Amino acid sequence: MNNWLTIAMPKGRIFEEAAELLQKVGYDFTDVEDSRKLILDFPEYKVRLMMAKPMDVVTYVEYGAADCGIAGKDVLLEQDRDVYEVLDLKISGCYLAVAGLPDKPLSKIAPKIATKYPRVASEYFREQGEQIEIIPLNGSIELAPLIGLTDRIVDIVSSGQTLRENGLVEYEKIADITSRFIVNPVSYRIKNEQLDPLIEALSEYV
Amino acid sequence: MANRLMFEKPLGMRDTLPFFYQQKRKAREAVSNKIESWGYQFLDTPMMEYLETVGEASAIEETQLFKLLDQQGHTLVLRPDLTSPIARVAASQLKEQGYPLRLSYDGPVFRAQQIEGGKPAQFEQVGVEYIGENSIYADAEVIALQIETLKAAGLNEFQLTVGHIGYVKGLLKEVFGDEEETQEEFLRYLYRKNYVGFRKALEQVELSGENKARMKQLLSLRGQKDVLATAEEITTNGACHRATRELKQLQNLLESYGVSEYVSFDLNLISHMSYYTGILFEGYAPHLGSLLCNGGRYDQLLPSFQSTASATGFAIRVDRLVEAMEQHADQVGPVLVMYEPHTFDQGLQVAQELRAEGEQVILQNKAYYEEGQNSYKQVIDLTEGGASVE
Repeated sequence: MNNWLTIAMPKGRIFEEAAELLQKVGYDFTDVEDSRKLILDFPEYKVRLMMAKPMDVVTYVEYGAADCGIAGKDVLLEQDRDVYEVLDLKISGCYLAVAGLPDKPLSKIAPKIATKYPRVASEYFREQGEQIEIIPLNGSIELAPLIGLTDRIVDIVSSGQTLRENGLVEYEKIADITSRFIVNPVSYRIKNEQLDPLIEALSEYV
Repeated sequence: MANRLMFEKPLGMRDTLPFFYQQKRKAREAVSNKIESWGYQFLDTPMMEYLETVGEASAIEETQLFKLLDQQGHTLVLRPDLTSPIARVAASQLKEQGYPLRLSYDGPVFRAQQIEGGKPAQFEQVGVEYIGENSIYADAEVIALQIETLKAAGLNEFQLTVGHIGYVKGLLKEVFGDEEETQEEFLRYLYRKNYVGFRKALEQVELSGENKARMKQLLSLRGQKDVLATAEEITTNGACHRATRELKQLQNLLESYGVSEYVSFDLNLISHMSYYTGILFEGYAPHLGSLLCNGGRYDQLLPSFQSTASATGFAIRVDRLVEAMEQHADQVGPVLVMYEPHTFDQGLQVAQELRAEGEQVILQNKAYYEEGQNSYKQVIDLTEGGASVE
């Protein structure tokens, strides 16, 4: 297994697009989607796939449990981990934005923000000269302003449909998000013979 | 506050149990013996230093420092590395000694606690500092010794990547001229290993096609010695050429030392935003997700202690070295001599004789002996009905 590559792949929606891209460079992982197995070996490519929650891919790669992986820029921004961000794969595009109820100014006393991205949100508002308080939530963030829990939310927006259907509007865009090819700093040196051709091949398609 | 459970330790603190202790000691001994054989002298410095002196001079960011107050209200730090305390010593107590100084150390350092696992707040480093010689021969000696110490510790597979901060800064200056902020921005992208951000920022700045191409090429300047020739070709300034010349000399010297097979080059290696001033390097081992060792030339540290000496050195993380080494479980164990009160004298004599021969011997009263998971090289049972078992 010494010369195998371990790739941490995001489960779910992002997987399909990532697998499509990898297929173009000669790695066919498209039929593993339905499997519930978390570790899949492909001796023909000397590749081991680790199926991880998208939020966790960067963690596996930083600790070296995986040599490389595919992770959203949102997670990279939020977690600030020690990994090489080598390629923008330009898949799973969306953006991070500030949203809230229309025509509702930020509270003057203690503006509160609900988000899955506490670090990104605090940084962003600090740069705007606002000190805000974070209410961390894990999903259905849109609820928070609707029920008066917070003034704004910071979340991923793809089509904007969820916002619209819940009567929320977008205030500011924070950053464009796409998936990135990331590499563990040690693997980047030790396994360069396996990694470099893959990175090279991928870079021609993105 | 919740009551502590009796087994709890402060976050990030670990016990070193006998098995791991032995492994660590073996690794440390192998490394220190090698270091001593190159004429380096070991010294130790206090665990606590002032924030204003060692704390601020060290390469470790302030948020990573363990701080405490002494009774007079001064802020102290638990030493975050040993390089800055040794710089303090070299610039004060040892300043009358002739340069160059070859010093080495072996001891625990402290970094602020992290919630996440795998990042201990206390760990040991073994390292050397070669102070007062700004020459490529000093850089080569330190790198060669780094490699020899890892070999001595029994590590078979490892790799050293060498870079030169002078090259990166030289290229950035050649491309961006006096725009210091832009230079810093690109340096930061490299330091943060963010090649995507680097390329995106490059698309946004106004530069000639040739300059953009050179900047992109910087990202791929890694590999064996032939990258040094490419690195030289794409630049025209003195700083870059000095750097590539130094790296070529280094390569030749490492060939003479017979260690060049372990070394590769990466001209965009940035271990720290401002600390290193010349050649720098990092060492990696397979199956180890993080850095095993690192080092390089630092010329700004001694000036913080009012000395002008240039210096270079390396530090090895002992815990990671042990993790990277093949685990040869030392299952031999000591000899167990069991006695009962009337055979004590006989047991003692056997034990002393064996100890004199260099064996590790436990002398144990059988009445108090409980079977456990220990393994013994030999059991000599001097009790009634007992038989010696090999």
